[in-house]
Amino acid sequence: MHETLVNLWYGFRVAAEPHNLMWSVFGVVVGNLVGVLPGMGALTAMSILLPVTYVLHPVPAVLMLAGVFYGALYGGAIGAILLNLPVHPPHAVTCLDGYPLTLQGKGGVALSIAMIASFLATSFGILVMIMFSPLLVTIALKLGPAEIFSIMLFGLLAGATMSHGTPLKGVLMTLFGLLLGIVGTDVDTGTLRFTFGIPQLWDGINLVALCLGLFGVAEFLKNVNRAALSARSANVRLADMRPSKGDIKRSLFPILRGTLVGTLFGAMPGTGPTITTFVAYALESKIAKNPERFGRGALEGVAAPEASAHAKGQIDFIPTMVLGIPGDPLMALILGALMIQGITPGPQLISEHPDIFWGLIASFWLGNVLLMLLNVPLIGIWVKLLKVPYRFLFPSALLFIAVGVFSTKNDLFAVVEVIVFGLVGYILSALRFPLAPILLGFVLGPMVEENFRRALLVSHGHLLTFISHPVSAWFLALGVTMVLTQVVLGARSRWRRSRVHLSSM
Amino acid sequence: MQPRKFRFTKDHYGGALMALLGLGAVVGGRTYEIGTFTNMGPGFFPAAVGIILIVLGLAMVATAGPSISEKVTDFSFDGRSAGCIVGSLLAFIALSVYGGLILASFAVVFIAALADKQNKVSQAFWLAVVMTVISVAIFWWGLSVQLPLWSWG
Repeated sequence: MHETLVNLWYGFRVAAEPHNLMWSVFGVVVGNLVGVLPGMGALTAMSILLPVTYVLHPVPAVLMLAGVFYGALYGGAIGAILLNLPVHPPHAVTCLDGYPLTLQGKGGVALSIAMIASFLATSFGILVMIMFSPLLVTIALKLGPAEIFSIMLFGLLAGATMSHGTPLKGVLMTLFGLLLGIVGTDVDTGTLRFTFGIPQLWDGINLVALCLGLFGVAEFLKNVNRAALSARSANVRLADMRPSKGDIKRSLFPILRGTLVGTLFGAMPGTGPTITTFVAYALESKIAKNPERFGRGALEGVAAPEASAHAKGQIDFIPTMVLGIPGDPLMALILGALMIQGITPGPQLISEHPDIFWGLIASFWLGNVLLMLLNVPLIGIWVKLLKVPYRFLFPSALLFIAVGVFSTKNDLFAVVEVIVFGLVGYILSALRFPLAPILLGFVLGPMVEENFRRALLVSHGHLLTFISHPVSAWFLALGVTMVLTQVVLGARSRWRRSRVHLSSM
Repeated sequence: MQPRKFRFTKDHYGGALMALLGLGAVVGGRTYEIGTFTNMGPGFFPAAVGIILIVLGLAMVATAGPSISEKVTDFSFDGRSAGCIVGSLLAFIALSVYGGLILASFAVVFIAALADKQNKVSQAFWLAVVMTVISVAIFWWGLSVQLPLWSWG
């Protein structure tokens, strides 16, 4: 316990260093801003800022990206509550009660409740992270390559099947990501694989270019000329934001329950934040004394899902940092940024780079306090920003994408990569493939391959090694069960749909 | 009930595309050394991933039914918009080499803005002017990006 406090104090000192604090603040502000802007999610924001991390030290780089992450998560709630715009899918549920509250003139209160919910949930998530990470480290250090391979496979399957779209499509996209991860020089033998004679591909595909292509350019190609993203007007003044005692009392337990739901789902890799918020909302409406209020402006319907999203976002950092296995594409991106810096996340991270781990934890706290301080006075500006039309936003973003990706290697070939992946992403989403699993596969690919090779080397080529190690066998079984459930559920709903379809003909 | 005419759906094309991709990976993997289970060559993993892609891609083709929601399309291809967005980045590449940061920044924003039918040419022009100023301020003056400001001629 004492040691944890010492570490935490150290973390706060790291996070409060002017240079680190500055980048953390920068990340929070930009994340908040981009989270508010219609049509841009956290993934786009982090992709656009990824080039900046090239010129930074690892600590400020990670603090900044994390800041973007929770800044955007909070920013997304603003659009959901004030304009009924689910900028970021997890906030779709927040719209249900947030927007009716705005129509009743209580939008400001809803925003501050969302803010309080996010702060409390994050704080709880941080506590869990502090307590469980060291525990997980001791377990993780005992894992061999067979176990790591199976856990990664499980993570990949979870990420693939839980994203929207059919599980089969998700798995196919993960495999596509794995293939993309192969491009470049093979670490073991030095063989050049799938480089097509292009020297710029010897180091592999540029992560930044991949992200910007898939989550920037492809998104723009898809969204341009679609009117759905234009915003309506809403007015919130500072004075409207103060919640009454009754409001707080009513929201407190929903916040706590939402936090617990988020924590629980955070512990399960692959369960996306969208499912988490839906479950938190469903739980609230189930146990409410008068559930008919839900959907017509119940504060609980804002408090619980927002709390769950932030708690989950926090807990998601644990497997990412401690095991080096990201649960979702956002975490994969943070992991990728660390690897660009030459740091491999994993059980050794806490002991080898305590500044990153404890600094990150402390910066979560500082960043969230800052987010609260920032959003109260800035709310008027956010409301104005919500009205910036998409047709001005995406051309400006393209400029940042082009210059940003060029600056990662000072090579215009990176811009070519962005164009290629933009078109690939556009074609794939036209064929209704989910894009996020590609990133997961790409980041984990090289590690999956390495552990697979090593596990079989150690076991002298016996494939049974993945089943004879109990931990590994459990994760494989879990993964298979998960896929099978999804397939069965999917087949059942399709069968039902087709019956409805036939009877209506 | 009328007999439904067979039509290829997006899932047929998607599955076939993935199977082809897998085939490419297997063929490519075979040109590197495959090796054995105990001592894998660089071609093993790509070939393995490729085989799974082929199998699952074909499975997708096989299970793709006549999609019910196919008619409710949320996806309309628009050649002009796509051309403008891709063209803006191509212009950026060309002008970075031959024109410098100012021209490249202007071109990328101006051309991309034309992708949206609601943007008038004058609006696109002024947006591009504003963004060029911001770009020079942030990238050239602030972050000293390795691009010349002006290299025309």
